[in-house]
Amino acid sequence: MSSDRTLPTRPFRDAPHDKRGALTPTLYRVIERIRETSDVTTLLLEPLDEPLMTYRCGQFNMLSSFGVGEIAISLSSAPSEPLLRHSVRDVGAVSHALCQRTVGDLVGVRGPFGSDWLVECDNDNAETDVRDTVVVAGGIGLAPLRGAVEELVRTSERGGGRVFVLVGAREPAQIVFTADHDSWEARGATVLVTVDRATPTWTGRVGLVTSLLADAGFDPEHSRAMLCGPEIMMRFTARALVDLGMNPEGILVSLERNMQCGVGWCGHCQLGPFLLCRDGPVVPYAGLVSHLLTQREL
Amino acid sequence: MTTGMRELVERHPFMAGVSEESLELVVGCARNVAFAPGSLLCAEGESADTFYLLRRGRVSVNVHAPGRGSIVIETVGPGDVVGWSWLVPPFRWTFDARAMDRVGCIAIDGACLRTKSLTDPSLGFELLSKVSVTLLARLQATRMRLLDLYGDQRVE
Ligand SMILES: Cc1cc2nc3c(=O)[nH]c(=O)nc-3n(C[C@H](O)[C@H](O)[C@H](O)COP(=O)(O)OP(=O)(O)OC[C@H]3O[C@@H](n4cnc5c(N)ncnc54)[C@H](O)[C@@H]3O)c2cc1C
Ligand code: FES
Repeated sequence: MSSDRTLPTRPFRDAPHDKRGALTPTLYRVIERIRETSDVTTLLLEPLDEPLMTYRCGQFNMLSSFGVGEIAISLSSAPSEPLLRHSVRDVGAVSHALCQRTVGDLVGVRGPFGSDWLVECDNDNAETDVRDTVVVAGGIGLAPLRGAVEELVRTSERGGGRVFVLVGAREPAQIVFTADHDSWEARGATVLVTVDRATPTWTGRVGLVTSLLADAGFDPEHSRAMLCGPEIMMRFTARALVDLGMNPEGILVSLERNMQCGVGWCGHCQLGPFLLCRDGPVVPYAGLVSHLLTQREL
Repeated sequence: MTTGMRELVERHPFMAGVSEESLELVVGCARNVAFAPGSLLCAEGESADTFYLLRRGRVSVNVHAPGRGSIVIETVGPGDVVGWSWLVPPFRWTFDARAMDRVGCIAIDGACLRTKSLTDPSLGFELLSKVSVTLLARLQATRMRLLDLYGDQRVE
């Protein structure tokens, strides 16, 4: 069992690795605000002075709306993009306050924290013969994956492995980043979208996100996967991928727990033996995590 | 012609692992059909004596709700099966199935299969085992959708 506990796929480093200290927010200004759906807003941010450290796809920042509070929000930009990008779903006090920010407003940013999707790892791995990447997202789960898909598509354009983006949403109006879907498709990626509930004007697929796996066209034995969405969705998708022949070691999932400090001090984000702000949010599905995801009370 | 049909039936994922003998009996009840975009494979309320093994194109399964028009419940594609109503009385379609684009499929005569299964119970058993696996997968997917997965994914 002990080998299952070696969760992080990178050695842990104290974060942030920055002279400002782990708990001090840096001021960022909202440069652009995009209303993605009725409850998801994207903020594009620029630092007021020295920017935070560079980040990797899948990591998160703690965003604060002054006078209201601070919450964990994933980076949905790719490190190669000029502005920090965060997409926030309005579910409570702090997320609501952040969604209300408009161009010119200030927000506090701490980070970057946590583990990442390892997109820059050489996918064309001769040893394991893994070439392609399957990205499966449910609802707002595409936010932590958006930057990764950008990087993967870029690599694919330069002759890297193929990219398959499979998206599930409750209904058409809740599909996020549709302009990105078009751009990824135009650059060679396969993008498939399905909804649980169709509206009269919807002409696409209707069904569970797992129904996209069979005819997406990837070779499960030579692919890796990145999953983000509700935990039940990730559990079922991971099992379906393994049933299709994918190596569980090649499946990464992103897990969310309530986060406060973001740096492994307070214990709020504990899942079994792991602190997800430090050991996660991106963790390998194989081993202990697949077991923990089926536990009733954690 | 029958050899071609045999290959088509044999290659369809639904038929994977079916015995040679049963395959032969199924082929005798099968024909190759195509549907233009928008046309109906089956219509709610009509008698159901066929099921379809999809080879090409996508099909939507719809139900008509008064005041809401035709609602798509599910879409299926190559490798999937459309139609279960031929299995159980009163053998009547409970949904519409409509071609979303050009659809190519193998139509299997359910009455023909039912008759053959009565004289050859092993065919009936093999087919029902196959149907159960597919129906179970559909039922599980439907249950997951009932959970309204993406509606509220909050964690305490
Ligand atoms: C690593 C990580 C990355 C995240 N990335 C994003 C993202 O990119 N976009 C996005 O919209 N949201 C993201 N979240 C979720 C976001 O942090 C919560 O929605 C937010 O904390 C809710 O705070 P609130 O004050 O708005 O609502 P509250 O009033 O605090 O809570 C509203 C509901 O959300 C639940 N909740 C509170 N905190 C969390 C939490 N940290 N995680 C999950 N549920 C919580 C509460 O139990 C309650 O049911 C992420 C969470 C984590 C841990
Ligand atoms: S959020 Fe404090 S330990 Fe993880």
